[in-house]
Amino acid sequence: MAEVVIVGGGPAGVRAAATLHAKGLRPILIDESPRVGGQGYRAPAADLPLDMARIMESQHAKHQALHADFSAIRDGIDYRPQTLVWAIQDRILHLSGAGGASTQRFDALIVATGAMDRVMPMPGWTLPGVFTLGAAQVALKDQGCFIGRRTLFCGSSPLLALAATQYLEMEAEVAAVCDTTPFVEKLLAAPLLANAPGTVLRGLGYLRRLSRAGVPVMHGVDLIAIEGEGRVEALVLRDSRGAEKRIACDAVALGYGLKPETQLADLAGVEFAYDSDFRSWIPKMDADGRAGEALYLAGDGATIGGADAAEASGQLAAQAVLFDLGLSGPSDPGLRRRVARLRRFQKGLARAFAWPAARVHKLPDDVTLCRCEAVSVGEIRRAMDQTLGPVEANRVKAITRCGMGRCQGRVCGPTLQELAAGRLRGQAPIKPVALSIASVGSAEPPA
Amino acid sequence: MFVRAVERGSGRIGFTVDGKPAFASDGDSLLTAILTNGGHLRRNEVDDQPRAGFCLMGACQDCWVWLAGAERARACTTPVAPGMQVSTIPPQFPTGDNG
Repeated sequence: MAEVVIVGGGPAGVRAAATLHAKGLRPILIDESPRVGGQGYRAPAADLPLDMARIMESQHAKHQALHADFSAIRDGIDYRPQTLVWAIQDRILHLSGAGGASTQRFDALIVATGAMDRVMPMPGWTLPGVFTLGAAQVALKDQGCFIGRRTLFCGSSPLLALAATQYLEMEAEVAAVCDTTPFVEKLLAAPLLANAPGTVLRGLGYLRRLSRAGVPVMHGVDLIAIEGEGRVEALVLRDSRGAEKRIACDAVALGYGLKPETQLADLAGVEFAYDSDFRSWIPKMDADGRAGEALYLAGDGATIGGADAAEASGQLAAQAVLFDLGLSGPSDPGLRRRVARLRRFQKGLARAFAWPAARVHKLPDDVTLCRCEAVSVGEIRRAMDQTLGPVEANRVKAITRCGMGRCQGRVCGPTLQELAAGRLRGQAPIKPVALSIASVGSAEPPA
Repeated sequence: MFVRAVERGSGRIGFTVDGKPAFASDGDSLLTAILTNGGHLRRNEVDDQPRAGFCLMGACQDCWVWLAGAERARACTTPVAPGMQVSTIPPQFPTGDNG
């Protein structure tokens, strides 16, 4: 039987596995997490009495369906939780899991590695108490915790209002929601958003509820600094009328939309193209997710499309695998249209809630850019001033160590790529692994 | 720093942070266990500033702490265990595993 491997147990990976399973295959599903669901559709541990219907609201039925459908196929697939794929060479994956190191050959590989928050540095962003917007949601869904007693949500993203509403519904104190985007004007000016009107209405609903609860909701703000001695004490901003404001809080959730986790696809040899709407490098693929020989991409790890697009593109990639292996007919054109439409909507969101690229050039020199190696924006600028010849992101990385730390540029990358042109290349291991792992890389997994 | 929205139905377990006793709920991540007891997780090796994690999804690698025996653990994806001895500062001697 053909060996089909899926990396990532979020909505895309689970739907891909279910599609292959339905055709009689026994795919291998490798996931770094202990439970499937990815980030957005995380399920709390059994002993955590969280009312997920209250947190997930209108998305709860989809969340439930994904987990129920996974339970139904779990024994019919080769499911490997808590396992990291840290390198890929030709048709071999290098894994690190509870049982140690192993390798896994594949005939087809579906990469569904999801996304993480895109963050722009600002003064004070390394203080304890500043987390990504996604982290604020993970703390709640996975651990039943709020990131602080009085949380402020800021950046540029429709997810700010969603996360703040989730906190509010769970009876947390929300200090404010501060979006750098002049929201309403941009929203109305974005025709691509007509591709998913329901989602737009849902977003407006969150804003209404926040306002009704007395939470200050500001648009078109300029984020100046997060202040505090050893911990977050306040956020300072300039509002849309130019007035400076200081809002007391002890936690900040910061997010400027999402960025695909493309490190594994990069090692697998995909080509990238610059997308001016997302202002980031996106893997090249066809409408079904084909991105190379025996290589398929799905979900937010391919391009940001949201949870619905992730589920549909997971199915679509699995259909492409089945077709290419000669096991079924061509993929469903209706599904293909749906994925394309949902991704167009996300492009609209990316335009409406734009990554404020111009802000990068106004960042003060003393702001930390690389959290891992503690490299400041000023050090990057000085290195670029002193460099002869073309100043490209990977060269700046080599000179300054920015992007060379443990996260491999996942956090600083988008900002570094605004300062210096080019795309930071991925490298194995894509995440830290124990030194003992590399030396036993040729071992076969247990049968 | 972290505030529980709901209490776990599990038992309390004891561990230490820099030698000081602390308590968590069974099932907590090490990050949750530490941040429900205090205000930071670690000091950055380069600038010595306090950090408390950032992404909580295993991507930013800004929540590594040290356990007894100089073993490293990514706090957001490691479950707390009874008797764990957590250090928020790197071990004094290089262990050859600092990458």
